[in-house]
Amino acid sequence: MTNDTPAVRFINVSRHFGEVKAVDGLNLDILDGEFFSMLGPSGSGKTTCLRLIAGFELPTAGRIELRGEEVTDLPPYERDVNTVFQDYALFPHMSVGENIAYGLMIKKVPKAERERRVEEMLELVQLPGLARRKPSQLSGGQRQRVALARALINRPRVLLLDEPLGALDLKLRQQMQIELKAIQKQVGITFVFVTHDQEEALTMSERLAVFNQGKIEQIGTPAEVYERPATAFVAGFVGVSNLVSGPIAKAITGSTQTFTVRPEKIHLREVNAPVAESECAAPGRIRDVVYLGMHTRYLVELDGGGDLTVVEQNLRTTSMDVLAARGRSVKLVWERAHNRPIAEAGA
Amino acid sequence: MATTSAPQHDLWRQLSTFLYRRSTLSLVLLLAPPLLWLGVVYLGSLFSMLVQSFFHIDRFTGLVVREFTLATYAELFTPANLDVTLRTSGMAAAVTLAAALLAFPLAYYMARYATGQTKAFLYLAVLLPLWSSYLIRVYAWKLILAKEGIISWFVARLGLQGALDWALGLPVVGGPSLSVSAIGMWLVFVYVWLPYMILPIQAALERVPKSLIEAAGDLGARPGETFRTVILPLAFPGVVAGSIFTFSLTLGDFIIPGTIGDSSYFIGQVVLVQQGTAGNIPLAAAFTAIPMVIMGIYLVVAKRLGAFDAL
Repeated sequence: MTNDTPAVRFINVSRHFGEVKAVDGLNLDILDGEFFSMLGPSGSGKTTCLRLIAGFELPTAGRIELRGEEVTDLPPYERDVNTVFQDYALFPHMSVGENIAYGLMIKKVPKAERERRVEEMLELVQLPGLARRKPSQLSGGQRQRVALARALINRPRVLLLDEPLGALDLKLRQQMQIELKAIQKQVGITFVFVTHDQEEALTMSERLAVFNQGKIEQIGTPAEVYERPATAFVAGFVGVSNLVSGPIAKAITGSTQTFTVRPEKIHLREVNAPVAESECAAPGRIRDVVYLGMHTRYLVELDGGGDLTVVEQNLRTTSMDVLAARGRSVKLVWERAHNRPIAEAGA
Repeated sequence: MATTSAPQHDLWRQLSTFLYRRSTLSLVLLLAPPLLWLGVVYLGSLFSMLVQSFFHIDRFTGLVVREFTLATYAELFTPANLDVTLRTSGMAAAVTLAAALLAFPLAYYMARYATGQTKAFLYLAVLLPLWSSYLIRVYAWKLILAKEGIISWFVARLGLQGALDWALGLPVVGGPSLSVSAIGMWLVFVYVWLPYMILPIQAALERVPKSLIEAAGDLGARPGETFRTVILPLAFPGVVAGSIFTFSLTLGDFIIPGTIGDSSYFIGQVVLVQQGTAGNIPLAAAFTAIPMVIMGIYLVVAKRLGAFDAL
């Protein structure tokens, strides 16, 4: 299935709405067959980016290619991509079967084949036998699956998913994440997945792009983005991160270079605990404790100024123990190697 | 002051608490006035009209004979009366079709594209004519359509006098001038009922989410196919609602046929004459039943076509 031509390529693409730069000078390659996520806060340009691929929006500048062919100014119906909409956008006057068969009906595929493929799709999304229902008779999760089937039946080159799990409750959401991933493997189609949920992006994608203010801050695998955030924004948006700079950084590392360190890498030790050569340390006082069941989050006020967040698993401690830690003086210790120097700009 | 208002305040609180716990009683209290109005005044008079239509008039004495008979209904099928029904229904259908064709693009624009001031302006433009008297507008059209009126003048300026003369020379729809012809009547009917077609269609289109239209395009439908398979079916209840207005209003109207038309009768005029000057209340009542039957059939057909599936 895969080949070297990217499934989607953005060359210097901008989409400005008057003064607002929704997407600004974007360059992006989405590889064939990959599960690619676009992650960012609302208004960061990720949805506009998706709509540019679908053709609902036209760029004000730049060039968009699908599998090496320019589609910059083509209308949606001329593009070999399909979309799963955030509100599912199922046609209320058609049955589930008619909804799924819509793309085939437009392409004038014979009725017998349409029905066969609709059944196939209903199997794939685990809704067999529901073809005659109306969308209004389905639950949110079922509608979601119908929307997916309706897009996939056309065997598009690229499937675009616009926050498709946003309206589902947590349990269903986690189940659909696993299913979506399995379906993507099975059909081998490039998935472009828009989400503002960093956990979702990390668990599902092969690669992801972090959006901020119409630009991409970082593209990489989930591990790369999480462990080596390129900017302060990425460090703060993907997971929780401590940002240390200026004199505090100098006190800890000997350099004023700004760095980030993940809360789960830092350990709470006794004030006079020894510090190994490979570690760095900072004394402080526990100001706040948030007990979260599986783990506990501590907010530690450093003696040198500033706060660090620390997360520790409750392997042996109970809520009583951790809550009693409030106000205690501690020494924060972590491996020097977990410090990630980042560029100052963009914070 | 405080001493007198406090118990009163208390009474209100007790009353509202009392009603809050008895939702059925509240519902009955709220619905009784409108239901009485509808039931007694509206349905009651409708029923008494239907009863009247099963009486007949004694030709000799001119008095209503209060005995059950279908003779009055049979009278509807005399050639002259059948002619009135067909003429009126034909006009109503032509008016409805033209109104729907004119209203749809405007309603579509109002629902999908117009925003802010443009939208307010369009609403006003559609509704403003309804603020002035209907009679005044019909008489204004009489002048506009007259032989010396602005339309004739404009047509002559365009050098299309021949075309107008040809249209007026047509049998049935023609006449000596636009102001005394079925064509003129049709123009005025379309004008006066157009708002009643625009508003329901606009309301129906407004309820169609933009994402449905995008989804159709995304699945490969060209704009024409999207219109046919998604927009029109979803707006159809609005079109049917609008056409119920334009159709039934045309069926019952007697002012426009009397003012603009030639001397051939419409249902509304027959009803007016029969219950007034002729004193034949049973026949007037039977004629009034015609629009009701036609609308009933129309609704059944519309339902069969799936007009209300999307509701």
